[in-house]
Amino acid sequence: MSQDGIGAAVKRKEDRRFLTGAGHYTDDLSRPGQAFLHVVRSPFAHARVKAIRADAARRAPGVLAVLTGADLAREKIGNIPTGWLIHSKDGTPMVEPPHPALVTDRVRHVGDQVAVVVAATRDQAREAAVLVEVDYEELPAVASVAQAVAPGAPLVWGQAPGNTCYDWTLGDEAATDAAFAKAKTVVSLDVVNNRLIPNAIEPRAALGEYDRATGDYTLHTTSQNPHLTRLLLAAFSFGVPEHKLRVVAPDVGGGFGSKIFHYAEELLVLWAARTVGRPVRWTAQRSESFMSDAHGRDHVSHGELALDADGRFLGLRVRTVANLGAYLSTFAPAVPTYLYGTLFAGCYRTPAIHVSVRTVFTNTVPVDAYRGAGRPEAVFLLERLVDTAARATGIDRVELRRRNFVQPDQFPYQTPVALQYDSGDYGATLAAALDKAGWAGFEARRAEARTRGKLRGIGLSTYVEACGLAPSALAGALGARAGLYESAGVRVDPTGSVTVFTGTHSHGQGHETTFAQIVAEKLGLPLDRVEVVHGDTARTSFGMGTYGSRSLAVGGSALVTALQKVIDKGKKIAAHLLEAGEGDVVFEGGRYVVAGTDRAKTFAEVAFAAYVPHKYPAGLEPGLEETAFYDPKNFTYPAGCHVCEVEIDPETGTTRVVALTAVDDVGVVINPMIVEGQVHGGLAQGVGQALLEGALYDDAGQLLSGSFLGYTMPRASDLPAWQVATRITPCTHNPLGSKGVGEVGAIGSPPAVINAVVDALAHLGVRHVDMPATPERVWRAIRGAAAKG
Amino acid sequence: MQDFAFLRPESVAAAVAALKARPDAKYLGGGQSLIPVMKLGLSMPSDLVALAGLTELRGIRRDGKTLVVGAGTTHAEVAASPEVRAAVPALAELAGHIGDPQVRNRGTLGGSLAHADPSADYPAAVLALGASVVTDRRTVPADAFFTGMFQTALTADELVVAVRFPEPEKAAYAKFPHPASRFALVGVMVAKGPAGVRVAVTGAGPCVFRAAPLEAALSGRFAPEALDGLAVPEAGLVGDPFGSAEYRAHLVVVLARRAVAACA
Repeated sequence: MSQDGIGAAVKRKEDRRFLTGAGHYTDDLSRPGQAFLHVVRSPFAHARVKAIRADAARRAPGVLAVLTGADLAREKIGNIPTGWLIHSKDGTPMVEPPHPALVTDRVRHVGDQVAVVVAATRDQAREAAVLVEVDYEELPAVASVAQAVAPGAPLVWGQAPGNTCYDWTLGDEAATDAAFAKAKTVVSLDVVNNRLIPNAIEPRAALGEYDRATGDYTLHTTSQNPHLTRLLLAAFSFGVPEHKLRVVAPDVGGGFGSKIFHYAEELLVLWAARTVGRPVRWTAQRSESFMSDAHGRDHVSHGELALDADGRFLGLRVRTVANLGAYLSTFAPAVPTYLYGTLFAGCYRTPAIHVSVRTVFTNTVPVDAYRGAGRPEAVFLLERLVDTAARATGIDRVELRRRNFVQPDQFPYQTPVALQYDSGDYGATLAAALDKAGWAGFEARRAEARTRGKLRGIGLSTYVEACGLAPSALAGALGARAGLYESAGVRVDPTGSVTVFTGTHSHGQGHETTFAQIVAEKLGLPLDRVEVVHGDTARTSFGMGTYGSRSLAVGGSALVTALQKVIDKGKKIAAHLLEAGEGDVVFEGGRYVVAGTDRAKTFAEVAFAAYVPHKYPAGLEPGLEETAFYDPKNFTYPAGCHVCEVEIDPETGTTRVVALTAVDDVGVVINPMIVEGQVHGGLAQGVGQALLEGALYDDAGQLLSGSFLGYTMPRASDLPAWQVATRITPCTHNPLGSKGVGEVGAIGSPPAVINAVVDALAHLGVRHVDMPATPERVWRAIRGAAAKG
Repeated sequence: MQDFAFLRPESVAAAVAALKARPDAKYLGGGQSLIPVMKLGLSMPSDLVALAGLTELRGIRRDGKTLVVGAGTTHAEVAASPEVRAAVPALAELAGHIGDPQVRNRGTLGGSLAHADPSADYPAAVLALGASVVTDRRTVPADAFFTGMFQTALTADELVVAVRFPEPEKAAYAKFPHPASRFALVGVMVAKGPAGVRVAVTGAGPCVFRAAPLEAALSGRFAPEALDGLAVPEAGLVGDPFGSAEYRAHLVVVLARRAVAACA
């Protein structure tokens, strides 16, 4: 045990370097002889590339090379693969079009990569790029779900009729139809889940190096999972063994999903470095980030909920069309299916659920996982439907939820959409949130606001999400092309200090602190005796990276497993040193003690003996270093209740979030300060989605929100002082009992915000407002209701 | 960004001479509008003639019933100025909500007016207060200064030196910020002064303009209720995904009413 162990709100070890400007981000790196790469990107959403003339650019000052898709093909550099294979309901595999790092004959979205210029300086590369002449023949484009599914729509890919990638279903359709047939009440709702642009504060960057003496490649990149990037680059792009390729993700300034994926520029800097014989760097300009980082969400859905006379949910039907963009990004096929359809049971005992998802290609930036990834889309539709049902039946919205909750004694609970929840207490998080939010006293606040001419509303959401990705066998059965376990290495030095090697990656989550706290707890060491290494394929044996709130639940569990191996081996050494039977020695408080005696050896003494094995058990290897791989038995199921209060200015339609309360069950908490920070960030992104953010394309596929002048990121002044708390039911199937916290804020909050907006306007007859609920949209909802009323 | 020469003239006369001699040169005030468009390659001046060191462009003073603000005065200086707060408090308020602290510490009054962004705040104040724009060679009344989207009466090498604001009896500015950029989606400045009631609208149209029907109504009775039932025609207003012309027209009246209320 340690005062810095599990449950302690210790300050983050990594913050000293970040706050003093001593972090090492990819763009901070500098190499002798380095060159700079600039990507020539398509200005058109859809066009045939008739010719690329680069002679003028090649002659420009400082230019080392201009490379195109034809060069890439000639050198047989492979395409960028996708990590999931989804099958349509008729059993056919999804349409999987090629995704080259540079196009050859056609561009398919604004920002698509056409050529690269490599030059001695950044400015030379950029200036020469202007001289690359591309003959485009513009083609008709589709930029939205509505355009993509329209009869006779232009095709993004000839091999994808109707622009359909796959048409997938989950659940028992016949049982669901039967449930609807006997329903007393059926409510339905059409919702749009708005397309988001991630905007991590650090733009993507990459540095490629090639050693022609050894044939070794080294890539530094802004990645959430360097091992996966190495796997894909080695196996699919370059066709080299993985040991010839090292991928390092050093300090990374936020990802939110957008840096999970393998991007073309990672391949291009390595290829360019090999071609020109110099290290090659690339850093995205912010405007490039808008048009080349994978976007998130972008669903159009119709949902229906069937209830009996007592308000019990009988059945749920969901029809969604999801926009995948122009190419399949790394995780894209999984997001609107297994991370979405499986979530529709929510906290409720709905016995029959049928989900149907058609995904479409469009001439837009690829869409992939973004904080929450599928789960915010599902929770938004479900929780809007539940509020709609409450209004239709006259049953109080809190009572309606309570009446349908999975009860604490019903776990493990098998849902009709594949998942089996292990633990939870939805009534408890709901009660705690309502209490903290002052739900009972709300009507007085509404009345007071009315005296100031403001419309005040309150809304809630109760959600479950599935994270801790993922049991490998299950993921494989669902179409994953990789395992989703995690690894951890624990190296004990001769003096008893510890280095942890994790395959997860920290880019804001604070793993260097929380993982050290786990070591402190288990080995009884102070935090400054523990170092956590991550983000380097040369140092960590393997790993699947950080996304899907998996690092602690999966990577932390691997660490606990490795630590137990260390403790067990130490026990053999200690027993020998103490001349006791191994079964008589216990490890507690950082010491091996002969039970019932005062004879003991410290962990450091045992570590020293392992490396200076003068008195040592026969047959035992010297040294103290262990590795563990942990494959989770199930997903984890964080759950909670978010309550939002808004005030709307009816004259302008402006919505202000005046309070947002989140009570989340994230399982066992390692560091409450970090957990609170994770929830804060997620809530900010949730409010951003609900009220502010939205990628806008015009019908020709031009990105209208391509800068911060046109894309509204949440600012501090847009956000209230959060009220957050946790209420714990431990995960039953992993050794930490932790469930995950990275995404809950972004999953639970958008429906709470919109439910509050609709509550504020309900007396006018407003029944739904799409996200983002911008001032004009709210003003139009008010005016539209007035015109009808 | 394209390479450019950077010139630091020591007087207004030298600055104007430098620009006259270089057809592709531009004046550089605080650089809050010019530098971003240069970074995007949308403007590629051969030379930048820096105005930051020119003392002739500095200073805030009261000249009888007129407030005179040097063109090189930053938004932050205007916001914090006791002279401005005493003479035209609404102008200090307006300046204090332009952009963000970085913009306010670098951006200048003259730069904003010469740039004439259709969503900028200052043009509304200059027009509503009936100010005069003093250049190196003449004085241009506000009503003649703003001629279109990013268009002014300034000739290519003409330099704004100062702005003379007649002190109003009452004035207030109400702004509905663009949610992303924080420029004015619509901003309305209302002033009652020596030249009567003037209502200037920025953000809503391609160029700052006076709202004649609102001025007429408020000339009869300077009270928020005087605007009840009035509408501004949406024809000619700007519409984009953040605000249709119809919505902007609606906001003009809402904000005018709020500005009048704030005058009380």
